[in-house]
Amino acid sequence: MTRWGMVIDLDRCTACGACVVACKIENNVPFSSPDEASKGRAISWMEIISVKEKESNGFKISFLPRLCFHCENPPCIRVCPVGATYKNKEGLVTQIYPRCIGCRYCANACPYTAKYFNWYEPEWPEDMKKSLNPDVSIRTKGVIEKCTFCYHRLVKAKEKARVENKDLNNIEYVPACVEICPSNAMYFGDLDDPLSEVAILSRSERAFRLLEELGTEPKVIYLKEIKNER
Amino acid sequence: MKDRDEEILLSPIVRTGKKFYLFIFFLAVLVFIGYFGWAYQLKYGLGVTGLNRPVFWGLYITNFVFFIGISHSGTLISAILRISKSEWRRAITRSAEVITVIVLYIGTFNIILDLGRPDRAWNVIKNGVFEGRIYSPLLWDVFAIATYIIASTVYLYLPLIPDIAIMRDRISKRKWFYRILSLGWNGNDKQKRRLEVAISIMAVLVIPIAVSVHTVVSWVFAMTIQPMWHSTIFGPYFVVGAIFSGIAAIIIAMAILRKVYHLEEYIKAIHFNNLGILLLVMVLLWFYFTFAEYLTTFYGNEPMEMAVFYSRLIGKYAPYFWIMVISNFIVPFIILSNKKTRTISGTVIASISVVLGMWLERFTIVVPTLVNPRLPYEQGIYIPTWVELFLMIGCFAWFILFYVIFSKLFPIVSIWEVKEGREKMLEEAGERMKDYLPGPSGGVKSKKDLMQK
Ligand code: SF4
Ligand code: SF4
Repeated sequence: MTRWGMVIDLDRCTACGACVVACKIENNVPFSSPDEASKGRAISWMEIISVKEKESNGFKISFLPRLCFHCENPPCIRVCPVGATYKNKEGLVTQIYPRCIGCRYCANACPYTAKYFNWYEPEWPEDMKKSLNPDVSIRTKGVIEKCTFCYHRLVKAKEKARVENKDLNNIEYVPACVEICPSNAMYFGDLDDPLSEVAILSRSERAFRLLEELGTEPKVIYLKEIKNER
Repeated sequence: MKDRDEEILLSPIVRTGKKFYLFIFFLAVLVFIGYFGWAYQLKYGLGVTGLNRPVFWGLYITNFVFFIGISHSGTLISAILRISKSEWRRAITRSAEVITVIVLYIGTFNIILDLGRPDRAWNVIKNGVFEGRIYSPLLWDVFAIATYIIASTVYLYLPLIPDIAIMRDRISKRKWFYRILSLGWNGNDKQKRRLEVAISIMAVLVIPIAVSVHTVVSWVFAMTIQPMWHSTIFGPYFVVGAIFSGIAAIIIAMAILRKVYHLEEYIKAIHFNNLGILLLVMVLLWFYFTFAEYLTTFYGNEPMEMAVFYSRLIGKYAPYFWIMVISNFIVPFIILSNKKTRTISGTVIASISVVLGMWLERFTIVVPTLVNPRLPYEQGIYIPTWVELFLMIGCFAWFILFYVIFSKLFPIVSIWEVKEGREKMLEEAGERMKDYLPGPSGGVKSKKDLMQK
């Protein structure tokens, strides 16, 4: 069974924000007015967060793209009273929008604040409606959403492989953010295949995961050189 | 001979003044204000509240926890007093039990308010229960609260039956209503025995249910791994807080009833004194739990927990926290520990302070944790909007409205229990005393002897 995972090389990431935009376009993420955004209502499945790091002479700000980590052991799933957030058969943590009652319990339980709520009915300018991605369902107001690792792309890739009679275990599937990254800082693939790029990178000395001590076992691995300043 | 108990206790039901209708109207306006807020929220979505990311929960959940907490006043206290055969309970159990029943509905309603898709609330049963998602603490809440609502309603209704029968026989208004509800009660021995058994079974049942309800409410928070929610002490801490605020609520309700319905002869200073002492015990327990919780966090010095800790003690939420400490501990402790100030007005002031303090406690538990999520660079703010305030006002008004209506339909002091107390109390209490006085049969020879002592 494939265990889809992502590696993000922070030493390569320039925090250009291309992944953020690509994700919004790919997944029909609704816009929010600057006013709402300043209230913390903006939806952005992929978000670049700034980390303040202490240095010998003051502070350094570094950046980190944060998405849903598709934890192996996700605290968000257990708390959902209706099973609207669940781990699907591919091991990805996804949402059933028509089922969600909008209690936001999962959002509070996720230690990475990776979930977003639709505070209003989502709206698009008339012209943009035509360019919405037909593969991704549009959410209504009052439900939770978050990164799905572009699950629809996996479904499509599998269908294609089936039609073309190709090996189902060796399909082309990458999420939109990985595809677009201009500095090649993101990698995607099967963590269980010891020879895959992601698996090799995840064994690197630079590899770490966020809040690893919580035991959530995120499937997004970051790479960063540890500098010993002395 | 005219029965004085019935005369006085039924008078609020028989006579209704203009003032009453004015008051009802006033409350109805407030409820309507809340309803307006809700309609507005339903139309536009939860964006009209002050909630955001990461502060996904705010006033609604605070009120939910608060109201469920208040519900521990009635049924639980009354059950404990009944089981321990405290004679002074007779005049106050009813007024306390009603609080429980009403407040449970309002607490549950606050959850509905909080849902992004209240139209799908049914999914909790459809997808949640039937598809076995029982590992969600929110579902445990559904079970616990539903059981509690049923149990406390039955527990309120059972001791009400003989009184309804009295009204059926004595009051000309709404005869059909009382006839149906009295279930053909005529007060013969067989019925009495059955009622007694039923009441005592319910009294025993209701205690573990009540305790479990607030424990489960606390688990909604404690089962997550969020800083300062993930605490093993939360179950008992919430239960203690619930009983604490519950007793305070009873005291306030008693004082108002006594004044408005002229029940000075029934709800006496001794009731306030006794409940005041109980409240004092809870003040100390509450302080102990709070101290234990905060000291453990502080000593552990875990950075994520400390962010929440400091935001409560010296940060943005410090005003809430310190007002809570003052009004939950300092004020009631000073008033209640002193016999001179433990008067009716003294206990009422202490109770108002406690109710306020407990609301603040719920708020400081829910919000600061969310404002300081684990990824510390995503700090949030939370300022409730008018919609949330309107709904909160509406909920409180709704509570008072239902309480007032109840007190106009049924006697708020149990008539038959008071009478029974008058008839049997001395004898029974004497019998019981005999059991725990030293010596064989308590050193008391005859019944007469007992009465003289
Ligand atoms: S990152 Fe958060 S939302 Fe994503 S799987 Fe983990 S706990 Fe769930
Ligand atoms: S907000 Fe939706 S997905 Fe999240 S716990 Fe509630 S019902 Fe489940």
